[in-house]
Amino acid sequence: VDDLLTDFISETRETLDAIAGEIVAWEADPTDRTRLDAIFRFVHTVKGSCGFLDLPRLQRLSHAAEDVLADLRSGNRTADAALVTAVLAVIDRIGELTDAIESGEPLSDEGEHGLIAALAANASAPSAPVQPVPQAALPTRSVSRSIRLPVELLDRMMASVSDMVLARNDLAQRLREIEPSGPLNAAFERLSHCVGDMREAITRSRMARIDTLFALLPRMVRDLASELGRKAVLEVDGGDVELDRELIEMIRDPLVHLVRNALDHGIELPEARRAAGKAETGLLRIVARQAGNQILIEVQDDGRGIDPDRVLQRAMAAGLVQAEQASGMSRARKLELVFLPGLSTAASVTSISGRGVGMDVVRANLERIGGTVDIESRIGHGVRLTLRVPLTLTIIPALTVSSAGSYFAIPRSVIEGIVRAGGCAARIERIGGALAVTLRGAHLPVLDLGRFMGLADEPAAPQLLVVLRTGAGDRFALAVDAVHDHQELVVKPASPLLMASGIYAGTTLPDNSRPMLLLDVAGIAAAAGVHTAVQIQEPAEEPEERAILLPSLLFRDLDGATRAVRLPLVERIYDVPVEGVVAAGGARLLAHKGRVSTLHAAGPLPTEGTIRVLRLSDGAAMLHYAIDEVIDIVDLEAALAPVPVAGPIAGVALHQDLPVEVLDAHWLFASAVRTDAEQARPLCLVADADDPWAREVLTPLLDMAGYRVSFASEAPEGRVAVIVASGETPAGVEAPVIRLRSGPERERPDDDSIYRYDRDGLLRALQARVAAGG
Amino acid sequence: MYLIARIADQPVALPAASVGSVIEIDAIVPVPRVEAHVAGLFALRSRILTVIDSRVVLGLTPIERGPHMAAVVVTVDDHGYALLVDAVEDVVEASRPAPCPAILEGYWRAFAAGVVRRGEDAVLLLDLPAMIAGRLPQAA
Repeated sequence: VDDLLTDFISETRETLDAIAGEIVAWEADPTDRTRLDAIFRFVHTVKGSCGFLDLPRLQRLSHAAEDVLADLRSGNRTADAALVTAVLAVIDRIGELTDAIESGEPLSDEGEHGLIAALAANASAPSAPVQPVPQAALPTRSVSRSIRLPVELLDRMMASVSDMVLARNDLAQRLREIEPSGPLNAAFERLSHCVGDMREAITRSRMARIDTLFALLPRMVRDLASELGRKAVLEVDGGDVELDRELIEMIRDPLVHLVRNALDHGIELPEARRAAGKAETGLLRIVARQAGNQILIEVQDDGRGIDPDRVLQRAMAAGLVQAEQASGMSRARKLELVFLPGLSTAASVTSISGRGVGMDVVRANLERIGGTVDIESRIGHGVRLTLRVPLTLTIIPALTVSSAGSYFAIPRSVIEGIVRAGGCAARIERIGGALAVTLRGAHLPVLDLGRFMGLADEPAAPQLLVVLRTGAGDRFALAVDAVHDHQELVVKPASPLLMASGIYAGTTLPDNSRPMLLLDVAGIAAAAGVHTAVQIQEPAEEPEERAILLPSLLFRDLDGATRAVRLPLVERIYDVPVEGVVAAGGARLLAHKGRVSTLHAAGPLPTEGTIRVLRLSDGAAMLHYAIDEVIDIVDLEAALAPVPVAGPIAGVALHQDLPVEVLDAHWLFASAVRTDAEQARPLCLVADADDPWAREVLTPLLDMAGYRVSFASEAPEGRVAVIVASGETPAGVEAPVIRLRSGPERERPDDDSIYRYDRDGLLRALQARVAAGG
Repeated sequence: MYLIARIADQPVALPAASVGSVIEIDAIVPVPRVEAHVAGLFALRSRILTVIDSRVVLGLTPIERGPHMAAVVVTVDDHGYALLVDAVEDVVEASRPAPCPAILEGYWRAFAAGVVRRGEDAVLLLDLPAMIAGRLPQAA
């Protein structure tokens, strides 16, 4: 609200300054209609803002003045000198109060009633000298701490600073040629730094708090809820998150649309909610937070949810999905169909959400600004939509690739990985003249960038494959001749002539001053018909969401209760000698076959003999859970009645009408993972801490491959198993070193470095070094 | 005020008010998969312009690429364009535009906004937004 208040104060003051002339002119000629209108607009605006900002005194004053001015406008009263004086006194008072609000100094409301009374029709005329509080000494008006700037000026500043950056880069190159080091260079470095700082400051000046957008919502939710007969409370969090002004404007419509949908189609009528055992008042939660270079905005309701099967039925009825595509579609995939153009899930058409269409527009709007939208739903529990938008419109991290001599940029956010074609990890096949690649069990279509762009007639054997994933979840591999650097690019909108092709997202000017196009990967996928090709391969994960019934292992726990655990988590069931169990630091640990892991037990363990344990695994970490005996393998409902406290029990499911507690695997692993998994992961020291490539590209790869990553600039926690370096290796650390080179070819025959995009070579080398290091 | 340029030996007029500047272009970055009259991109300092080949717009052979191509910078709907022409001649005072007295054919007809008089000569006034869009209203 502080921001809104600041805006209000500066706006009121500006308008006051602007209408000062009007007031004088009106005083001279009270019948002047245009002046009267201008003054009326001013008090009307002030009144509106005050109601919103809860400033009762200002509101009373402006309301009274507005009434009188309205009478004058309609001709019910005629202006005389006394009335004009009274109105002007009120306007002066508004100015004083505004100053007082800003400086925080109290201003007595003495005489304010007199001011308002003087406006009344029968007020005793000029005799009552309407003298407000004696004019305070002028200098008390504090200097405003904020100014208003036209966005156009900010844009011009941004353009100038971009020019400056280009000039700097040009100069840097020339300087390197004539004087590689020396005092001139040092001076230039300083200047260069200032330019960088300035660019950052100007970028920031274009940012605004998302509050300005959220401020609309409470009123909107209230009005919509009453119009629709819903009861709903709105919870908003994260209003202090900042993002680009223009972006705020561009997510306004999608957000408003989602809020409308939630109230219209999500949150049920109070009777229906009561019947479903829920509170009559629905909850709408909107949360914004920053995650790296993205802003996440979640819109969550606790309404009826969306049934994926009904979405599928509608999509099939509308002819958007064919029967053969529908079979084997995952739950998430079915839900995503709500984003298809021309699909409505609303049973009835209402005026609030239009014709029920619009989710396609929401997604299109977000994709236009480089964002995405995801949907999750639990039937009967509600829907959560997650909007992801880049921090600024103008700067995005991107990878530069080239084919047939032409350079293009690809947003980092859609890149899953880069693989060298022809290696054993990326097997390429030719199917009916087209290429496909098999990567970690998934078959992906290969699109040759050069040929797609019409730059090369015959595709050469693919060199490098950039694996891409569109916002809609389609995956494909783009074959390119070369992968260049990864950098933050200043992206500008491309002209409509280029956007019409549907395959470009914008233009950018890298340091070499040669314009480059940013590819719209979803558009390329659509233009090349990737969508149909990829549907053959459905992602096979998401066991929790795949079906309503989940196979579960039913067992009797040590405390006698019947519990269940989701079957895919159970790796093994075996008996271990109880001597292997030690209590350490409040937790139990089990040593078994040379590995120590967390042991969970719900009751006392026997003192001798063996205990039966379940070995649970999440794919990376593992832990043991002691049980009494296994009862059966059964299908349990995916939707659980949740338990209120976080702990080892996620919720209760029904089995043959009896309640069964289901283990919360997430909680179990979360509380166990620090004890073993982190220690089990070998520590990899990355030498090039300042290299963005190392942080942005290499680190996630290492992390996914199961290594802990530490940078040379930090003190490593624990023993370093291996060092990865492109340049200098850190002194004083004893560990095997893997050297990376930036080009695919070896520089010397005995060069044992590894090309930095050779994922498999790098991972093999890591394994070998870590194993050798013991 | 009108800018007089030459396209395929034909003098043409452009409203000077909508012309930002006249520049020389040395190299164009081609853009694949767009309409034929889009020659590519050119960076005027930090501003990226979409380069339009006016001869292609008018159904003629493309302007020969070279290190000194003449172009007229115009801004339409906040986007900057560089309109390649064969030569830029002059900025002149001219009469108000009048409907074209001759019956134009094909492309010229689609992109003419009228004629202006430079002294005794009638010069065809080009419709800039239509040139940039490059689309014929109907099949000519």
